[in-house]
Amino acid sequence: MNIAEEAVDRWVERGRGDRVALRCIDRAGRCDAVTYRQLMEDTNRFANVLRAHGVEAGDRVFLLLDRGRALCTSALGTWKHRSVLGPLFPDFGPDPVRERISTGNGRVLVTTRELYRRRVAPVRDSLPGLELILLVGEAADVRRSGEPIPGAVDLAEALAAADPAYAIGPTDPEDLATLHFTSGTTGRPKAAMHVHGAVTAHRSSGQIALGLGPGAIFWCTADPGWVTGTTYGIISPLANGATVVVDQGAFDVERWYSILEREHVSVWYTTPTALRMLHQAGREGLGDHDLAALRLVASVGEPLDADTVRWTQEAWGTPAHDGWWQTETGGIMIANVAGEPVIPGSIGRPLPGVVATVLARDDRADADGAPLVLDGHVVEVTDPDVEGHLALRPGFPSMFRGYLDEERRYRACFVDGWYVTGDLVRRDAQGAYWFVGRADDVIKTSGHLVGPFEVEAALRSHPAVADAAVVGVPHPVAGTVIKAYVALRPGHSPSEELRRDLRGFARSRLGPAIAPRSFEFVDELPKTSSGKTIRRVLRLHALQGADAPLVTSGAAS
Amino acid sequence: MDENRARRAVLDALGTVAPEADLGYLEPDADVADELDLDSIDFLNVVTVLSRTIGTDIPEHDYPKLSTLDGLVAYVVAVGDAHLTEPGA
Repeated sequence: MNIAEEAVDRWVERGRGDRVALRCIDRAGRCDAVTYRQLMEDTNRFANVLRAHGVEAGDRVFLLLDRGRALCTSALGTWKHRSVLGPLFPDFGPDPVRERISTGNGRVLVTTRELYRRRVAPVRDSLPGLELILLVGEAADVRRSGEPIPGAVDLAEALAAADPAYAIGPTDPEDLATLHFTSGTTGRPKAAMHVHGAVTAHRSSGQIALGLGPGAIFWCTADPGWVTGTTYGIISPLANGATVVVDQGAFDVERWYSILEREHVSVWYTTPTALRMLHQAGREGLGDHDLAALRLVASVGEPLDADTVRWTQEAWGTPAHDGWWQTETGGIMIANVAGEPVIPGSIGRPLPGVVATVLARDDRADADGAPLVLDGHVVEVTDPDVEGHLALRPGFPSMFRGYLDEERRYRACFVDGWYVTGDLVRRDAQGAYWFVGRADDVIKTSGHLVGPFEVEAALRSHPAVADAAVVGVPHPVAGTVIKAYVALRPGHSPSEELRRDLRGFARSRLGPAIAPRSFEFVDELPKTSSGKTIRRVLRLHALQGADAPLVTSGAAS
Repeated sequence: MDENRARRAVLDALGTVAPEADLGYLEPDADVADELDLDSIDFLNVVTVLSRTIGTDIPEHDYPKLSTLDGLVAYVVAVGDAHLTEPGA
């Protein structure tokens, strides 16, 4: 069972090869329709390009690309060749890119000349295993003047020369297909391992939660490089025979409403940040766009507030459906599903076959709120509306199979046969789940999960910084944005100039998405007696505003 | 607002959000979000800083006019003028 076979080739074999698989819209608004047959040939060619360069099954192929035809071709072609896909977020700066390619043992990178220059060139020397760079786009010509890129091949040229036929080798459902990176409170990013067999869950969750099937015109606006962009941006809609709208452009109110109208989008999967921006633009933003084709709007990445759900119902005649899942689960687990009434502010109910529960927290001071374990067993919360850990029974096909080379961190996710998600929820008397927050210090910003460790490590490498800690602070549009607390080394004093310097430093190392948006200088950071930063104190301080005193001693009590 | 003042205000706003950027090399008609690596929240922050400078809100439907350096400067010149010449402003 191969993901690419299930998503592409089977439709051609069933005589549906002339249906449109992708409608790729470029920045200028031009649309390029790709049929399932063309997509099959494109991905065959890609697999042949990998083979021609000696890339083997199991080798790691990373993608650093914006949404577009090349992204879909490369991902599906990689799975066809049974190489392992590592999607990267194009807004990541050089540090996070290096960290992930290095952790995942990347041998191949598919990117553009421009993204290579900005994100990869500064760290290429520390990635000796990266042998082949497949360059996408008009400017890809490797003979072009400018900095030579070691191992670079013009992808368009290579695809044109490749055989359009490719026989997919035997693929076991348990064969590793994809590495999706995620973060915890401490330590480096972890690569969650997903297998080819996950495609069955991607297909069924798309049907149940999103109402996908042949004839659906589906638009997923999630950023590439995160699990949503792969599972629901590529696999699930194609495995359901839908037509996928792929827009290369950035968010813009008029552009987005025009795409919904012109492309007759029937199922739309987008983010709370985008929904809130459309809410802000109001009726005026909607204008006289006709959204009659729109059957279902669903939201992903972070909780969606009830207010925005109600507004979508009023403005578009269809409410945004919120749900819950995460990198590790590979696909939607809990949702306000297609065809059922939406509960505004709730993440809905577990999908059929998903066994979820709420586990009681251990409230003792030294337990850090971990799940309560009595005599070796967890305690399930049975009373309604009580906060606890969201936990799932493992064993479903899209469940991750481990963190690459991190067996200990993988095992730490399981307690008494339950997978503990790290999110806190409550369940109401009707069985609907409500998101409460993270159980740890991980930050969700614009729908992306960011580990504080990675950001703090970059800040500490600035010569003026002695210590740094980052927390999420509420933001009306992004949900949460990252704020940094910085203690300076002797000889440095707080100034507006240093603040700008730190922000610029963070942006050039980490990229725009995970660089802190604001900085606050402090004499020292609040620590436990064992020296661990107490981010809870900082979060509280950030909420109270800049004038509030920051208590750094005795904070652990 | 005269063009020089407007340009300074725009460069200042961009510099606040992307302090690492070398704004001297910014092409007047290039997409600033692309050139300076601004994501959507960065862009909103640029708009917020500019709104404060010109003393009036910038509505969402004007955002497409703000995608280039020239566009930003022209907008601040025009809107800054309109706002500042309002009676009692």
